[in-house]
Amino acid sequence: MKEIAEGSLLYLDNVHRAFDGFKAINGLSLVLAPGEMRAIIGPNGAGKTTMMDIITGKTKPDTGDVIFEGKVDLTRHDEAEIANMGIGRKFQKPTVFESHTVADNLELALRARRGPFATLLHQTTKAEFDRIDEILETIRLTARRDWLAANLSHGQKQWLEIGMLLAQEPRLLLVDEPVAGMTDDETAETAALLRRIAKTQSVVVVEHDMTFVRELGVKVTVLHEGSVLAEGSLDAVSSNPKVIEVYLGR
Amino acid sequence: MSLARTSFTHIVVLVALVVAILAAGLGLARAQTDLKPLVDALGTGDFDSTEEAINGLAASGDPRVADILRALEGRELYLRKDDQTVVRSDGKGREPEIFDPLSGASLGTVKKPVLDRISVNNKIRRAVQAAVGTLTLRSPDADVRRSAALAVLKTREPATIPALDSAIAAETDEAIRTLMVGARGAAVLNSDAPDADKLTAIEEVQGLDARDAMQILTQYAGAPGEVGPAAQAAMDDVKFTLDAWSAAQNVWFGVSLGSVLLLAAIGLAITFGVMGVINMAHGEMVMIGAYVTFAVQELIRTSMPGLFDYSLLIALPLAFLVAGAMGVAIERGIIRFLYGRPLETLLATWGLSLILQQLIRSIFGAQNRQVGNPSWMSGSFDIGLMSITWSRLWIVVFAICVFFALMAVLKKTPFGLQTRAVTANRPMASAMGIRTPWIDAMTFGLGSGIAGIAGVALSQIENVSPNLGQGYIIDSFMVVVFGGVGNLWGTLVGALTLGVANKFLEPYAGAVLGKILVLVFIILFIQKRPRGLFALKGRAIEA
Amino acid sequence: MITQFLLGGLDRRVNVVLALILAVAVVVPVLHLALPPDNPFHVPNYAMALFGKYLCYALLALSLDLVWGYCGILSLGHGAFFALGGYAMGMYLMRQIGPRGVYGDPILPDFMVFLNYKELPWFWYGFDMFWFAALMVVLVPGALAFVFGWFAFRSRVTGVYLSIITQAMTYALLLAFFRNDMGLGGNNGLTDFKDILGFPVQAPGTRAALFAATALALALCFWICSAVTRSKLGKVLVAVRDAESRTRFIGYRVENYKLFVWVLSAMMAGVAGALYVPQIGIINPSEFDPANSIEAVIWVAVGGRGTLLGPIVGAILVNFGKTWFTSALPELWLFALGALFVVVTLFLPKGVVGTVRQFWRERSERKAVAVAPIKPNPEPEPAE
Repeated sequence: MKEIAEGSLLYLDNVHRAFDGFKAINGLSLVLAPGEMRAIIGPNGAGKTTMMDIITGKTKPDTGDVIFEGKVDLTRHDEAEIANMGIGRKFQKPTVFESHTVADNLELALRARRGPFATLLHQTTKAEFDRIDEILETIRLTARRDWLAANLSHGQKQWLEIGMLLAQEPRLLLVDEPVAGMTDDETAETAALLRRIAKTQSVVVVEHDMTFVRELGVKVTVLHEGSVLAEGSLDAVSSNPKVIEVYLGR
Repeated sequence: MSLARTSFTHIVVLVALVVAILAAGLGLARAQTDLKPLVDALGTGDFDSTEEAINGLAASGDPRVADILRALEGRELYLRKDDQTVVRSDGKGREPEIFDPLSGASLGTVKKPVLDRISVNNKIRRAVQAAVGTLTLRSPDADVRRSAALAVLKTREPATIPALDSAIAAETDEAIRTLMVGARGAAVLNSDAPDADKLTAIEEVQGLDARDAMQILTQYAGAPGEVGPAAQAAMDDVKFTLDAWSAAQNVWFGVSLGSVLLLAAIGLAITFGVMGVINMAHGEMVMIGAYVTFAVQELIRTSMPGLFDYSLLIALPLAFLVAGAMGVAIERGIIRFLYGRPLETLLATWGLSLILQQLIRSIFGAQNRQVGNPSWMSGSFDIGLMSITWSRLWIVVFAICVFFALMAVLKKTPFGLQTRAVTANRPMASAMGIRTPWIDAMTFGLGSGIAGIAGVALSQIENVSPNLGQGYIIDSFMVVVFGGVGNLWGTLVGALTLGVANKFLEPYAGAVLGKILVLVFIILFIQKRPRGLFALKGRAIEA
Repeated sequence: MITQFLLGGLDRRVNVVLALILAVAVVVPVLHLALPPDNPFHVPNYAMALFGKYLCYALLALSLDLVWGYCGILSLGHGAFFALGGYAMGMYLMRQIGPRGVYGDPILPDFMVFLNYKELPWFWYGFDMFWFAALMVVLVPGALAFVFGWFAFRSRVTGVYLSIITQAMTYALLLAFFRNDMGLGGNNGLTDFKDILGFPVQAPGTRAALFAATALALALCFWICSAVTRSKLGKVLVAVRDAESRTRFIGYRVENYKLFVWVLSAMMAGVAGALYVPQIGIINPSEFDPANSIEAVIWVAVGGRGTLLGPIVGAILVNFGKTWFTSALPELWLFALGALFVVVTLFLPKGVVGTVRQFWRERSERKAVAVAPIKPNPEPEPAE
């Protein structure tokens, strides 16, 4: 079984997870190649968020394999360890550190030693400042550098969170509904940004917005009742009769 | 016809009376002559001859002997040196008045130096007790017989064996008979009877109350021959019984403590489950309930004493209403402004608890207040070797009733349905049109009201003081945490487990250390299962 | 690296506070020692003890603020660390009595003679040496905090659960220290101290020195707290306070951070307790009373949590009020304290210092609006 995981970045096989009898994830299998970008769609309750929780260590699966980079069993690690292995996550509801400035939010996310004593004696270096400036440029928040994150608009918080993801320099980004609450322009920009990121890193995007998914132009996985219903290009998937029945709502 | 019958009855009664008086007079005269030398013998010679005289007196079976022997034990018998007779006197003054010990008639006064008090040692005392015991063993009054048998049992005097034998033969009450047989066994063990008799005696002793049997058997466990091992084996048997009963007693104490904890914690469990806030003034609601009981009883005492037995029934609804209204006021006045800030709620309600305590202190004073038990809650009864007080029993029953009543409210009423909905998912409940603020206020009122009636129950077994509630907040929270939030069955199991665990640890570790151990155990338990024994599961909860 | 770290804690505002505390450390003892008793500015004996007590409480409040204001851990059991530090100091002071006790035993303290102890319990060894006792003042509370925090934080006990089990912790210690066979004086605790480091504890010079030492300790801890909260670690702590699980997802082991600040805070509370005991002259189990710990929380709340000056101001204000109330209107004190809890949580969630700062910032922002339309908030404020 494990040999199949070889060469993949993320490998989920026959994962189950039930909450009080409700099967949130029911035999889910998914393989992500290094450098791949994947969009995941599915109706509410299809298990998208639970899948993210399982990959990032927030929830432990009842049974099944979750393997990162072909060798690491993610079910044995907690959130912090998994994050430090190089899996970053953006939440559905944007969560930034509201009483920190935008720059501090990014500094906290920057790739660095994470131990208490390391951070206690940490002095921010020139390289780190430059990196923060660079990310601020990318997420178009340079002018808001010293604002408290609490004072940002909803869309800006979304971008700040993506910026924090970038600062972590993860090998795999899990992005949950990045364009919820964004205008059409912002949505397009976000899609462009994600495509740029996907050149160097692997990305999994969960999204409801079909226009956005179309703009990403990547392979799509459809989840339904905790397992994979269909996989393929958006066009192929949207013409799949099963998908049409459960998701596109006929 | 009727007249004739009446006269006939009269005559019969009259004749019977005359015969009785004559017989009594004759008997008196006979006894007087028989007993006199024996009584005088009490005062002459050494302890041995005194003891012999005691046994002789006891053997006479005369009802007056008991009184004389008690006087001997009470050091009221004197030897009159001038005529070597024994007289009775209180020995007070220079010239004490003396009495004939048998008739009780006064014999005038004598100079003190003429009298010589009859000395008594432990051996004599034991002999007296045995004698008095045997004398009353056949009394027509069952209570007198029972205490006589107990007295004899205590002395273990071999001389009592014949008296016991005849008493046993005549005894009709099974319990007293067992007691007498046991006393006989004890006396046989203490005598120089052959081993075979003693082996039977050991069996007889085992019929006694386990603690008494234990005490007697311990002395013979090392005896030579067959008696020692037999006594040892019997002791092991008795010890097992004793241990079993003491375990049962501990379980009972634990259940009793657990039901008190349940009463105190169940209100907290509801409010914490529904609203996620801890009401640190919860204990004060209990305290207020206890003071409502006190106030009701005071009122009854002064105006209608006849209602005293109903005081608790009157206090229950009042306590529920007073504490419940207080709870609603607290929720509306303070807690709703702190929604989503559980730690601040904790602080604000702590402040409230200080205010309420001081308020009660200002009104009722700082000292403990006495709340009386109605007659149906006082006293105790025994089951085997367990002693159960009525007040504790009623509290257990009451706690169970409250528990199931609450269960019914939550399961069967629309309010309960809405409350459960809010517990499970507040935003969703709100979206479905449940007025969550109203549910919050009502839940808080309900939780506080239950705390109030818990106070009524607690007033029966605790001192009612302004600090009454303080001790319960940590314990109650531990129960809630241990049982799992939002689950009443968990609260029940949690309360009973902690109560029983506490009472089982107490004999080994002492009350204080036992409590500490329980606290440490719960702190460790939260590590393993942060959501308690009966945790609600689900994605919403884990988030 | 350490100096760099400590210097990082300094700025103009911190310097002003430090200078103020140091001034108090010098001026009050001088007023006590140098002025004759009839001078209106003379600080009498009782006031020295009183002010010293306020400063100890201020240090306790500061330590509590470090965990509550910056990391969101509401401890209702910090009094336990304070009392443990106090007991460590008390044990040293007991050993210093030597043969001058009522029973005159050269080694055993009076209460042990009274309870028929034949020899000193093992845990009393070493407390005849000041350095050892001083070490224990930080190590014992630190060790308890470490063990407790290790279990609690690793299993992610948070919020009101954590608060209540901290309360249970101090409650359990209260019960334990009441026992005579703890070997720590039971109900009566440790008292009748004679001298400290060879100086009589009651002497004016010693009082002055103890007061100065307390002020210095407060200044030092204030400086350390300032450096910690301004470091990157401080930022992580605030991040944990505001969004714990988010902090985990960017790779910080939250439990380690909590444990670090929890132990540091417990040690500071221990120091506060150790300075408290020689000035008050007694330590007994009532210091473990959960009510004391919660009272300390209100000092922090009144002053303003999440600011370092707040707890100091709050502790002094509330205790000054307590002193006044308990002598003028004793029966009203609990009403006042209770009302303080309610009023502060409802109407003054930022506390005195936080509210004043907000007021100044809003004023300066209003002025700045005319100059630039967008003005960022200069300083992070706790969201809660």
